[in-house]
Amino acid sequence: MEKTINITLKVWRQAGPNVKGKFETYKLDKVSTDSSFLEMMDILNEKLLSERKEPVVFDHDCREGICGMCSLYINGHPHGVDANTTTCQLHMRRFKDGDTITIEPWRSAGFPVIKDLMVDRSAFDKIIQAGGYVSVNTGGIPDANAIPIPKEDADEAMDAASCIGCGACVAACKNGSAMLFVAAKVSQLALLPQGRVEGARRAKAMVSKMDELGFGNCSNTGACEVECPKSVSISHIARLNREFLSAKIKD
Amino acid sequence: MWLIDSSIGRKLIMGITGVMLVVFLLFHSIMNFVAIINPEAYDAISAFLGANWYALIATMGLGLGFIVHIVYAFYLTVRNRIARGNDRYAVTSTPEGVSWASQNMLVLGIIILGFLALHLYQFWSKMQLVEVLHMAGVHTPEEDLLLATKGAHWVKHYFSQPVYAVLYIVWLVALWYHLTHGVWSSLQSLGLNNKTWYPRVKKISNVVATIIVLLFIAVPVFGLLEAGPLFSATSTYHSLPTL
Repeated sequence: MEKTINITLKVWRQAGPNVKGKFETYKLDKVSTDSSFLEMMDILNEKLLSERKEPVVFDHDCREGICGMCSLYINGHPHGVDANTTTCQLHMRRFKDGDTITIEPWRSAGFPVIKDLMVDRSAFDKIIQAGGYVSVNTGGIPDANAIPIPKEDADEAMDAASCIGCGACVAACKNGSAMLFVAAKVSQLALLPQGRVEGARRAKAMVSKMDELGFGNCSNTGACEVECPKSVSISHIARLNREFLSAKIKD
Repeated sequence: MWLIDSSIGRKLIMGITGVMLVVFLLFHSIMNFVAIINPEAYDAISAFLGANWYALIATMGLGLGFIVHIVYAFYLTVRNRIARGNDRYAVTSTPEGVSWASQNMLVLGIIILGFLALHLYQFWSKMQLVEVLHMAGVHTPEEDLLLATKGAHWVKHYFSQPVYAVLYIVWLVALWYHLTHGVWSSLQSLGLNNKTWYPRVKKISNVVATIIVLLFIAVPVFGLLEAGPLFSATSTYHSLPTL
């Protein structure tokens, strides 16, 4: 049996980066609890279009929790209340009939609003460009087992690599800090022998780019880890601190 | 200079000064506890840590640590507020697992600083400062100088007044909250943490904070008990000095 609910939405509307935004309230009736949150947003936009109003702009792509494109700060939580999920994996069965749902964009100086709920996250790309890679001398393909890697290191590196770069850490942080993202990107390479070589240069370059782009200073509240849809641990932040400090002290 | 320009450098300064202050607090709290066990021994410690060259150097180092810690705290907070952007969230929530103290370190710090001013006025300015001024040639009454090394006298003097005992207890509770986040956070900022040690470091932080605060709090609590019937009109207000 399909169940439907009637909800009220408070959605942040902002025409452009330099325009003052405000909340608009919309009522949405008979939303199936089987629909996903983004499907509900699609229904809202269909309704707005049919009323010849401008639809709400929001980011989305794969809708299966791996691309990191969806965002939305829902009722005080990045990606909604569910733990370890992205917004696209949130379903309307998590809401009750008559609920008011407040939907805001990521709010951070590093992520300026483009329009409505869509923010510019290219700052993360710039941080990656600063050093989040391994310089490769192309040649023959190396043997798979030529470099032995301990299981624990491989696991830890994979945990760090699970970061999808959605920016929920920045959105959740009271300091607007991007440390969890940068820590994950530094850790995934620093833990492996191929990435280890450029470890010091990478940590310095990525942290300096992060600071330059206006992200805040980490004060270890741990909110990022709790809200991260991929549960990236803040122990990676300790590793980043270690990498950066030892690189600076060696200089 | 990367200690000022980089976010991790700034956190390193915060962490190092924080650890310095924690070491001082441990030392200070153990010393205070002596006041309960043996007032004469406490006076001996007070005399030992008067206006001697080693005590003065340590005091100056400590003062510097405090100032750097506080200046950086404000500097970091201002930068972090700017990083948060102009629009605030309409709905906010503290996610489970995020401690209240960790999100209110500046507020707790300001409370601690306020009481610290009272504390310096009540004890330091009557003890080490008097000796320093005397050595510098400033005229000091004989009786002030005599009391300058009598730590136990001042402890008894203030904590026999429940108002001050209670104020100090409030101060120490704020300190406890500040330390529960501060101790482990400083280690994390220094990079001394990993997945295995993460829960351990957090527990160590709570234990250290609790030991320090319990040792400290024992003194005003003991003062309250000694003062006899709590908040009775006779024992409370008649001896309030004019500040």
